[in-house]
Amino acid sequence: MIRIEPRQNISYLATIYIPVISALAALALAIIPLTFAGAPVLPAFQQMFFGVFGSVFSFTEMLTRATPLMFTGLAVALAFRARLWNIGAEGQLYLGAMAAVWIGTGMVDGPQWLMIPLVLVTGAMAGALGMLGPALLKTRFGADEVVTSLLLNFIILIFVQMMLEGPLKDPMGLGWPQSMPIIDSAALPRLLDRMRIHAGLIIALVAAIIVAIILSRTVLGLKIRAVGENPSAARHAGINVNRTLLLVACGSGALAGLAGVSEVAGLKGYLTADLSPGFGYAGIVVAMLAGLSPVGVVISALYIATIFVGADSMSRAMGVSSFLADLVVSLSLICVLIGGFFTRFSVRFERKRQSDTQ
Amino acid sequence: MIEILQIFLSESFWVASLRIATPLIFGVLGALLCERAGVLNLGIEGIFVVGAMTGWMTVWLGAPLWVGLIAAAAAGGMFGLLHAILTVPLGLSQHVSGLGITLFATSSASFIYRTALPDVSSPPRIQPFQPMDVPFLSDIPFLGPVVFQQTAMTWLALIMVVIVWWMMSRTPLGVAIRAVGDNPEAVNAQGLSVYGLRIGAVVAGSCLMALGGAFLTMSAFDAFFFGMVNGRGWISIALVIFASWKPGKALLGALLFGMFDALQVRLQTEAGAIIPSQVFLMAPYILSIIALVIVARRAEYPRALLHPWFKGQR
Repeated sequence: MIRIEPRQNISYLATIYIPVISALAALALAIIPLTFAGAPVLPAFQQMFFGVFGSVFSFTEMLTRATPLMFTGLAVALAFRARLWNIGAEGQLYLGAMAAVWIGTGMVDGPQWLMIPLVLVTGAMAGALGMLGPALLKTRFGADEVVTSLLLNFIILIFVQMMLEGPLKDPMGLGWPQSMPIIDSAALPRLLDRMRIHAGLIIALVAAIIVAIILSRTVLGLKIRAVGENPSAARHAGINVNRTLLLVACGSGALAGLAGVSEVAGLKGYLTADLSPGFGYAGIVVAMLAGLSPVGVVISALYIATIFVGADSMSRAMGVSSFLADLVVSLSLICVLIGGFFTRFSVRFERKRQSDTQ
Repeated sequence: MIEILQIFLSESFWVASLRIATPLIFGVLGALLCERAGVLNLGIEGIFVVGAMTGWMTVWLGAPLWVGLIAAAAAGGMFGLLHAILTVPLGLSQHVSGLGITLFATSSASFIYRTALPDVSSPPRIQPFQPMDVPFLSDIPFLGPVVFQQTAMTWLALIMVVIVWWMMSRTPLGVAIRAVGDNPEAVNAQGLSVYGLRIGAVVAGSCLMALGGAFLTMSAFDAFFFGMVNGRGWISIALVIFASWKPGKALLGALLFGMFDALQVRLQTEAGAIIPSQVFLMAPYILSIIALVIVARRAEYPRALLHPWFKGQR
């Protein structure tokens, strides 16, 4: 019979190799949809690999794609550490992007050293407000933040469409629902000539380091982890649980908001309603693959971005639907969940004892 | 004011209310079954998509409508089974697993649809369920069109409300399901299988959710579009709390929601010139949040909801 026992001590190594094995398993499982679509498996994987690592341009494209994923991954990791279920990173991303185009398209102008921080801070604040709402509804009324933050995604996206057809619409946009372009002094500088990679990546890496330091080296980080592990014990220890949750909500929302700023001010230059192909939801996968570790988020964002860019290139070359990327990403999440089970529990197969059968 | 009164008196308003409520009735009943057994199923949004795609595709491939329904329910049940295995015997986070199921189910359905139909500009249509025509009853003024000229799927939804209510409150199985969501240890002490009850409830609930999705492609519309579920799953999760996990109240909640949604569509045509149409499009989601906030403090969650239970461990 099968016996499941919790492991006494979780090996540190397992927290590294389990996500790696899960990610590889998800890639291996892609064989099934590839075969279903009638694509030759090995050439398809080859195409995915070279679609990312085949040229400097494609590699920087992967880094560009990883940038928003790092922000939303950090947003989710920070919130989940405190067991605050922020599923609204998608909406908060749009709030950040909206704030960026609101202030960064000519409302104010100044030198670059002033404009870039201004756009970043405004976007972060907008994102923070986006998660503060559900968090307040949770602490004040006990309303489940999973549902409220999820539903808010839909409300915000419709709001973006309304703004793009109204106040934020570019009069020179030939009737398209898009915002005016971000002015030069507010745009994040490009890192390389003729590549789309931009300073958002640097900001994301700095954000990851800051979140890592806050979580592991500060009193606030200790409180966040205590609230996440056992809220009632944290309360008995004199921690203001609600205040900690609200702070986490603001931090998490701000990070997701920065994803929007980075996409608008670094990559696209203007806002449209299809700015994000689900970066907020992919952030959940990124955070879980990373085991909610901020440094891990950077690595898993690179992996998820590799899948997206690689699968895009493969689907163009071989005519396989690009939904394959979403499929592999979602499989990664399920694989890492199952992998997480094996880090925490040991499963043993035992023969039935003689006494049981007699 | 007169306009609003006229809306409430019109047949078409009540027909639309019931039609809008139908997928939510399936969704809320499905979520109710899962949560009563102690398992939150956030896979609902993806299971709706799978149900919508599978039901539509089965019929498009030439099967009769009712076979499409069975296929949709079975496909939803498969994803429910995966969620149940991850959350019940493995005891993994119900939140994360559910979101994983939603992502997995949505991308699977989209991938299969795109692979089967690589480049079509307009999605192919099927012959969906037609409004019923019951002799005599359909001819009753007002009541006839509103209740008796709906499609068979709306009827199925209403019948499911009665079945789920009867099962939960009048049968030993229902008592066991409720007990396993409140106190699994006691159920185990009775010699019943906690795992079996929970897995069964999640799979059955997921089948119902998939029928809600199938209603969209096989009754409300006649084709499959990406993004057509549009948060109906999440709204069902909010409504089940509003309905305090009771099938009768679930029906009431879904109907109230359908009424508000039908009303906003009609107000939109009346006041479309003054208020941007998006304000009306936001209304259902805002309404769900308000409903949730109103009942949140009084909500009596099933006591073991979100708590995994392991055999031989307290």
